[in-house]
Amino acid sequence: MAFISVFEVIGPNMVGPSSSHTAGAASIARLAWRMLHNPIKSVHFTLYGSFARTYQGHGTDRALLGGMMGFKTDDIRIRDSFEIAKKEGIEFSFTANTVETDVHPNTVDMEIEDVTGRKLNVRGESIGGGKVRLTRIDGVKVLFTGEYHSLIVVHKDHPGVIANVTTVLSKCKVNIAYLRVYRENKGGIAYMIIESDEEITAKTVEEIEKNPFVKDTMLIRR
Amino acid sequence: MDFNTAEELLEICKKENKPISEIMRLREIIYGESNADEVDAKMKKSLEIMRASAHKPLTEVVKSIGGMIGGEASKLEKRRAEGLSICGNVLTKALIYSQAVLEVNASMGVIVAAPTAGSAGVLPAVLFSLEEEFALSEETLLKGLFTAGAIGCLLMKNASVSGAEAGCQAEIGSAAAMASAAAVEMMGGTPEQCFDAASITLSNMLGLVCDPIAGLVEMPCQSRNAAGASNALTSAEMALAGVKAAVPFTEMSDVMYRVGKGLPAELRETALGGCAATPTGCALKCKIFGGCS
Repeated sequence: MAFISVFEVIGPNMVGPSSSHTAGAASIARLAWRMLHNPIKSVHFTLYGSFARTYQGHGTDRALLGGMMGFKTDDIRIRDSFEIAKKEGIEFSFTANTVETDVHPNTVDMEIEDVTGRKLNVRGESIGGGKVRLTRIDGVKVLFTGEYHSLIVVHKDHPGVIANVTTVLSKCKVNIAYLRVYRENKGGIAYMIIESDEEITAKTVEEIEKNPFVKDTMLIRR
Repeated sequence: MDFNTAEELLEICKKENKPISEIMRLREIIYGESNADEVDAKMKKSLEIMRASAHKPLTEVVKSIGGMIGGEASKLEKRRAEGLSICGNVLTKALIYSQAVLEVNASMGVIVAAPTAGSAGVLPAVLFSLEEEFALSEETLLKGLFTAGAIGCLLMKNASVSGAEAGCQAEIGSAAAMASAAAVEMMGGTPEQCFDAASITLSNMLGLVCDPIAGLVEMPCQSRNAAGASNALTSAEMALAGVKAAVPFTEMSDVMYRVGKGLPAELRETALGGCAATPTGCALKCKIFGGCS
């Protein structure tokens, strides 16, 4: 059975009123923000299930927008995230999708563009007690929590890429805790998600990017 | 040092000759992500946030998002200060702090989920009421938090602390069980007595449904936090007096989970039953969200 920290019981420290609808929402958006490394220019949120029906009463919208600016669950600025985002010139909007029901009850899709013009579409789910997971990146089904130091390698589905990446990590003394690979289709775009106990450095990432089949990388520090 | 049941934890307490709080603290240092100093600092931070949230509504007005609650803590404090309270200081102060935390939570203020946001008032209520009435030290309060954490951890592992999964008995019932064990340890009880208190609390809150009006964490959540805090103090008093729990904690936690799973979906945080489905509950929902003819 997985270890439950005392701070998962006495915690999270959070802006109210709901661990799943407020704290979880902030964490999902912040996780997406951590993937980009740059301030965002615009974001559109599509809410599903219970998120779609009750988001205003739980401040889910303000928490999502706050997380998109890097606010943690206990950052009181979440309350004023609409005003802060407007001041920063961030474009944002929300759509409630109550038609689609084949989703986890607390699901949100985020279409994000950062100030450098980089676009990212991710789906997040708030699974209870403030815990969250990302389940889609640019339309590809993945599973990723951000609880570890993580590296996402976007690459062409081609023989040897995984071996090359793991060799680089081994040379850089990174111990892989979890490694998962997801792909759109055979020979198409694949996502390799590496979770590690140790921090993965920019230099290691540079080394991985030398592989011609690697299209993009996203480094997420814990 | 890790444990999966109350029996295992009691065995470790006996072997190490340490209270539940210390075993829980050592467990965190050994298996968690932080060292001893970080663990202690993190717990102190949690206590500070709890303290601020339990006192804030007594000095300033906080407005809830749904507008259904606000001012309850102040009303109770006014009556207490006038010497009119019928419950005595320990219980009345617990009621006050439990209401205050839920007011802060409902206004998007900062709280510590313990174990959830909707039940966040129970543990601070018991801690700060006993602190004031028995001049407890900060160190003692921190021990209370670790003990509460141990009980919550067992309930998370073996039952549930989610209203959506097992009703309010799993949220505020769990919070109250945690707080009762904390009270017993802080007031000098044994590890066995901590579990007696926690078990009595769970049995006294068994079957409680989760039925938030308009789906918001306001009503009846707020007054149920007062009920949780008073249940916690009641069971702690009984356990400290040597009253044993009818059913051991491990069996009680299993039963709480089974009863929770047996609740119809309408009574598990869907806002389709209980208080939420009363004419008054439905009218409040229409008033807040509109969309009703």
